[in-house]
Amino acid sequence: MKISTNWLNQYVSIDIPVSELADKLTMAGLEVEGVVEKYDYLGSVVVGSILEVKKHPNADYLRLCDVKTGERTISVVCAAPNAQKGMKVPCALPGTILPGGLVIQKNTIRDFQSEGMLCSEAELSLGSDKSGLMVLDSQLIDGTPLNKALNLSDTIMEIGLTPNRPDCLSFIGIAREVATMVNQPLKLPEISLPQASDRIDDLTSVTIRDPDLCPRYAARLITGVTVAPSPFWLQERLLSVDLKPINNIVDITNFVMMEMGQPLHAFDFDHLAGHRIVVRAAAPNEAFTTLDDKERRLTGETLMICDGEKPVAVAGVMGGQNSEIETTTTQVLLESACFNPVSIRKTAKYLGLNTDASHRFERGVDPAGTLTALNRAAQLIVEIAGGCLVGGIIDEHPAPAPVRRIQLSTAATNRRLGTRLDQSEIIRCLESVEFQVTVQDTDALTADVPPFRVDVSRPEDLMEEVARLWGYNNIQTTIPKISPATRPISRSIEIKDKIKDRMAGYGFSETISYSFIAKNACDLLNLPENDERRNLLLVLNPISEDQAVMRTSLIPSLLASMHYNLSRQTRNLKIFELGKIFISKSQDQQPDEIETLAGLWTGVRSDQTWHDKPVPCDFYDVKGVLENLLVSLEITGISFSQMPAPSCHYTKPGHTARILCNGAPAGLIGEISPSVLANFDVKQPAFIFELNVSYLIAHDSAIKMFVPVPRFPSTDRDITLIVDSHIQVGDIIDKTKLLQEGLEEKWIEGINVLDVYTGQPIPSGKKSISFRITYRSFTETLLDQQVNRLHQQLTNRIIEEFNAALPA
Amino acid sequence: MENRIEQIEAEALALLSDASDVEQIKSLSVKYLGRKGLVTLFLRNISELPVDERPEAGKQANITKKRLESAFEEAAKRMEADFSDDSDAIDVSLPGRPSPQGSLHPITTITRHICSIFARMGFDIAEGPEVENDYYNFEALNIPKNHPARDMQDTFYVSENIVLRTHTSPIQVHVMEQNAPPIRIVAPGKVYRCDSDLTHTPMFHQVEGLLVDEEVSFGDLKGILESLVHQIFDENIRLRFRPSFFPFTEPSAEVDILCVMCRGKGCKVCSQTGWLEVMGCGMVHPAVFENVGYDTSIFSGFAFGMGVERLAMLKYGINDLRMFFESDLRFLRQF
Repeated sequence: MKISTNWLNQYVSIDIPVSELADKLTMAGLEVEGVVEKYDYLGSVVVGSILEVKKHPNADYLRLCDVKTGERTISVVCAAPNAQKGMKVPCALPGTILPGGLVIQKNTIRDFQSEGMLCSEAELSLGSDKSGLMVLDSQLIDGTPLNKALNLSDTIMEIGLTPNRPDCLSFIGIAREVATMVNQPLKLPEISLPQASDRIDDLTSVTIRDPDLCPRYAARLITGVTVAPSPFWLQERLLSVDLKPINNIVDITNFVMMEMGQPLHAFDFDHLAGHRIVVRAAAPNEAFTTLDDKERRLTGETLMICDGEKPVAVAGVMGGQNSEIETTTTQVLLESACFNPVSIRKTAKYLGLNTDASHRFERGVDPAGTLTALNRAAQLIVEIAGGCLVGGIIDEHPAPAPVRRIQLSTAATNRRLGTRLDQSEIIRCLESVEFQVTVQDTDALTADVPPFRVDVSRPEDLMEEVARLWGYNNIQTTIPKISPATRPISRSIEIKDKIKDRMAGYGFSETISYSFIAKNACDLLNLPENDERRNLLLVLNPISEDQAVMRTSLIPSLLASMHYNLSRQTRNLKIFELGKIFISKSQDQQPDEIETLAGLWTGVRSDQTWHDKPVPCDFYDVKGVLENLLVSLEITGISFSQMPAPSCHYTKPGHTARILCNGAPAGLIGEISPSVLANFDVKQPAFIFELNVSYLIAHDSAIKMFVPVPRFPSTDRDITLIVDSHIQVGDIIDKTKLLQEGLEEKWIEGINVLDVYTGQPIPSGKKSISFRITYRSFTETLLDQQVNRLHQQLTNRIIEEFNAALPA
Repeated sequence: MENRIEQIEAEALALLSDASDVEQIKSLSVKYLGRKGLVTLFLRNISELPVDERPEAGKQANITKKRLESAFEEAAKRMEADFSDDSDAIDVSLPGRPSPQGSLHPITTITRHICSIFARMGFDIAEGPEVENDYYNFEALNIPKNHPARDMQDTFYVSENIVLRTHTSPIQVHVMEQNAPPIRIVAPGKVYRCDSDLTHTPMFHQVEGLLVDEEVSFGDLKGILESLVHQIFDENIRLRFRPSFFPFTEPSAEVDILCVMCRGKGCKVCSQTGWLEVMGCGMVHPAVFENVGYDTSIFSGFAFGMGVERLAMLKYGINDLRMFFESDLRFLRQF
């Protein structure tokens, strides 16, 4: 909210610099977010004398003026009808930024140069008159900046109010806080109303149909007013807080709202059917045209102000066109009311209308300030717009709010705050912001909450007031007494940390990308219609279409990162991300959130150095990383198998492995298929992997057991087999281990693949595989004959099983 | 006479131990064992000794000769091994064979740093879902439906009752529902707000903290956070607590720290104020305790929350928030 210090000074004398005041407000919880000199923009608008006015040869409505701006005389092209020789006018020089945002520049208008702009009141935000140039006092000296010439100076503070302090949504509210800070009395405006003989009750009535939504509705009637532009002082006040002057009646309601925080509304009394007010809910789907000239459809929940026949205002939000104050208006019914905050908020949200009135009502308006504001506005209308105040006041107040009385213990306050305040200090704090305090005993007191403090209802709220006024920074810093009891570290966090550390150790850089992706990401990955990753959780109000759904895969982000980096000449990329994917069950349910690890490797295995030539990375580079990672995580029961071609959606068939954990799918490794590369606008081969980390965490045993170091030597035997090229080496190894299961001698310690070869002299369609099998017994030193017998037995079975041949 | 040969041997060995290259050893070898060497001459002159001394002296001299021969030989070998000629020297200035070198995201690094500071103070680390029920994200935290406080955070909605969590505070509620006091947790995680411009990204990271025990005060909260800031930055960074409003704490405060860039003099980063807003905090609101069934007459607590990106930017001098999520390797490899 904008606060003009000139205006604020009306309610409290401020004798400290604004910067100091701003600091005090900030430290009291009313954060000053900015301080600006209101009239700085007038520094380059100078007083100018029109020396000559000529017709523009090329445009009927334009004039060429010679304007003396001090030393210099400049030529200005001007459209104002009232431009006259000898007139003193404001002249905006190049570089000026007018309140509307217009930047003044030297330019050429229809072939004639214009070195500035002559301005109207409205263009300078010094009034509402836009009919012609603002005419200045002839005594002013040419070339004087207008802010100096007119003695205009005001400092505007922008205060960021938190939603709990609606009492500060007014100048008096802020002044009340300032008064305690600067130790000055609060000066409230004096209200005196003219005596009147006739009675308002005879002329109009107010009926509240729904007291829950409208606890109070007060009204006054003024007859014989003259609607006209407001006087300068009033316009200036409104302009200083960015409110647009409209006419004297409306301006007064806005002025009093800014002054006291009570939104008011003025109706043209002659347009109220039956000359009465009924407060009731709208009929469902009822149409209503608001002041902003928009027709709106209402719901049965919308509270309306109606006359004898029809709605005339959306209660607490905006008035209606059918009863607005016009220049012809002579009788004004002035409304000052209280509405239910939740109801107003719902209506404002539903209509998409956030007005100064709704902003205040939904936060809570002082229910005790209704009449003061009404009387203040009535007084100003009579003073400014003339007219006659009808005697009496309507104050429908079916459900007055009870006084809130809260008990507060000094000891409890000190315990919560960590202070050692005396009861007297607490009382001083509370009384300084108008709480009525009664002492119960040496510890307890009761405080009656001033009605404008709608945010205070519990002892803790009072403690905050005490802390705030005592000063948070005067509270001594202590260290809590902490008991040594702790809970075990979550395995989930431990495992995720370990994975990240390992991946960085393997040379991968960690990325973090947005959890939302584009809706078509599944299409870009060629996922089939029935794929689980098509169960997308939609964001109802996304920032953009690219971020419309929660991701069901990390691969799109990795490919997008690849594109980003390739287009910035980074061609070799090893990246990974560990984050959640979201598989939707329905929009009304929380999705499955699955911690997932994914990585991408593209470009070379290692950079070219004087040691090595650059070699392109391949499937086995990525597989090696994953094998190492899984070993380091002590995950057992992992196996890799060829992914069947129909299950390869975004990876190349035949170049994709499924990672199984105890037989259940836990991830994949593969080369991205060319069509998906094209979908992401990248060209070079990329190898990716994905791992379901949630699954690993759930199946993690976390128990590590020592295995005795072998005491007897091992023996190696090499064997080379020639098999059909489609046979998977992994199957041969698995089979060999399986065969051992059926034997008494479980001596195989390891099987290592030494070489895989195709080509001459191996017949086509075949490949040669060399293994090294390591045998060891834990109970004896194996003799050559023992090993040979077992090795022979195993190899014979394998040869038979896989239809293998030994090399010639 | 025996003493004489022992003297020669001792002298030879002493000289040998001072020898610094093979040439010196060679000349020592000539001096003692050469044709006119001292040992050789001694042997040659044995005939001049009394007859009864000759066998013993000859034996001794021969032993010395052998010992010196092998000593010279060994010394020369050792010397050659260590000081072989440098014709096969390597260029040690050439780069070494690289080991893989990846990097952790700065958000990960800062988050871990914060968590480890709290872990040392006895806080546990907790996590929670990123897609939340309205109840946990708002209502349990004393933010009822249709309350203006809901405007403080622009929320991404999935449906009427399901939202992307706007803060890590719902984790507080989950932890308190499942555990009795005392509670000490920090909860890092991703949060989402419907806001995107130069200084806001729709997703960012927070670390939430909660301590519940008997006799916890606002002064204690100040102490814990001061300790945190001093450990992340340094001990000269002062803190300032400003009254503020969060529906789930009472009293509530914003925490400013002295600008780490200009040390309070005023600069672009702190908008000339000398202060940086880095955290929100407060004493847990009794309504939150009532929602999880804690006895407010016994227990009190404090909670705080901070934006990780903000701290990472200040810590590393990063000037563009968007860099965190662009995955530019030239950025990531710096951490």
